[in-house]
Amino acid sequence: MILIGERINGMFTDIGKAVRERDPAPVQHWARAQKEAGADYLDVNTGPNAEDPVEAMRWLVETIQEVCDLPLCLDSTNYDAIEAGLELCKRPAIINSVPVERPKIERVFPMAKKYNAKLIGLTMDKKGIPKDADNRTALAMELVVVASEYDFPLEDLFIDPLILPVNVAQEHAPEVLETLRNVKTLSNPAPKTVVGLSNVSQNSVNRSLVDRTFLAMALAAGLDAAILNVNDEELLDTIATSRILLNQDVYAESYLKVFRSRGK
Amino acid sequence: MAVEKVVGKYSDSVREVVLGATPDQGGTRSHTITIGGDSALPFLHFEGEVKNRPVIAIEVLDHEPEWNDALAEHYRDVWGDPTQWAQKAVEEFGADLICLTLDGADPDGLNRSPEECAEVVKKVLEAVEVPLIVKGSGDFDKDNEVMPVVAEAGAGENLLLGTAEEENYKTLTAACMVHKHSIIALSPIDINICKQLNILINEMNMPLDRIVIDPSVGALGYGIEYVYSIMERIRLGTLQSDKMLAMPVICNVGYEAWRAKEAFAPESEFPGWGDQVSRGILWEAMTASTLLQAGAHLLVMRHPEAIRMLREQIDELMVSNEF
Repeated sequence: MILIGERINGMFTDIGKAVRERDPAPVQHWARAQKEAGADYLDVNTGPNAEDPVEAMRWLVETIQEVCDLPLCLDSTNYDAIEAGLELCKRPAIINSVPVERPKIERVFPMAKKYNAKLIGLTMDKKGIPKDADNRTALAMELVVVASEYDFPLEDLFIDPLILPVNVAQEHAPEVLETLRNVKTLSNPAPKTVVGLSNVSQNSVNRSLVDRTFLAMALAAGLDAAILNVNDEELLDTIATSRILLNQDVYAESYLKVFRSRGK
Repeated sequence: MAVEKVVGKYSDSVREVVLGATPDQGGTRSHTITIGGDSALPFLHFEGEVKNRPVIAIEVLDHEPEWNDALAEHYRDVWGDPTQWAQKAVEEFGADLICLTLDGADPDGLNRSPEECAEVVKKVLEAVEVPLIVKGSGDFDKDNEVMPVVAEAGAGENLLLGTAEEENYKTLTAACMVHKHSIIALSPIDINICKQLNILINEMNMPLDRIVIDPSVGALGYGIEYVYSIMERIRLGTLQSDKMLAMPVICNVGYEAWRAKEAFAPESEFPGWGDQVSRGILWEAMTASTLLQAGAHLLVMRHPEAIRMLREQIDELMVSNEF
């Protein structure tokens, strides 16, 4: 299970303000805190309001790498910003993300190869996000074909079937779970799968509970990675317990503790 | 039609454990022995590296044992003296290590004092230059008196000390920490307890590269298939990055094989079973061979002929089968 820490994102007020004022303290605090909690990657998003996204991305990557050696997941719709970040990354990064749209594909896949980066592909195209699993899977298949076309390693391609908030788009969750299962049958080796977990609980009550319940379901459907709140201890305990129940880790009485201390 | 190659790809490997210490490392051994380090299933050289050759320790007791004729033939002349016994094991039978079991400490037996036991350990250390494994009698209370004294007497030698169990690991772990020895963690053919015990020992700040797993073994015909599946699970867990299972494995082969009726019963009792000596040797060799292929890194054995056969097999299995 690959955990991508979501917290360094301009959508959070403290980070948004830090990016505008070029104040490293909140960014570095969350870099350290997420590493301490067991993140494998840190998502880096300048937020929608950054004046100059390219410069903002550069500043974020440098600021994070001053205090933290985790690889980064560069999250932007501005591919110049992503490329600026990739140039500075000390370890191979993840590009977040590319939809099934030809001009964007032609920009992103060669860039991913050039910088030896992994890549998140979204199951959406110009028409938006499909309502059902079949159409999401069809878009995932297109991404697999594109990967072959560019000779991009399938195990470095992460399919994101795009989970939507349960309070407004309740019918999507089962379709996303079905897509997660389908993706594993598309090729051999199969692409990996990822979700932006917190999206499922956007503006709903019991956010943490909604997150971890959906995550357990997604793990059972074969999910490989998630962008999530790694500082939510109950969420991490849910992952540890799911791994035991899915026979991915050997049970021991202190299994929660072992999972929390992994990689340390 | 082309045959598809089925090759496993793994992300991690068994941790290496170094046994013994040379004079410049603070000990008196002529060399150290490293076990573990595999990044593949046992002997699948085409899937990863089989880094260090499995090694054989010969069992030495601190008193005269009641062993049957097949073993007595080779050890009777030395088993009154553990130093001579250890020398014979190394010089004549080619032991990589000596496994000295302090049975004499057993309160129901000779009930030797911790100081007497430590003296035996010191003498054996002087008698041979190979790294040493030292195990207590198995009586928890007595072991907790004896092993700290033994650990102190052997300070600097990086001994492999046994045996820690889930119900009794703190004293031995502390002794190993203080005097810088490695430790054997014994679990009863149970993967969960195996992992938990490693966690408990590690929580006392014992480094993971100084723990060796004893999964408990059974001889051929006495549950060896359960042992096999546990050892396989340990290795698979290791290769999939479970660091709390990623330790090398020690198997107490000689003890288990020679207490099987098929190994020790005389021909007069079971005429159909044939000659006891060759039967016993084969029982030990087959048990060892099976455990070797299940993933053993260190095998504790008894009969020189069984040891010779196993060594030959290790030679063959260490030849790369990469394709």
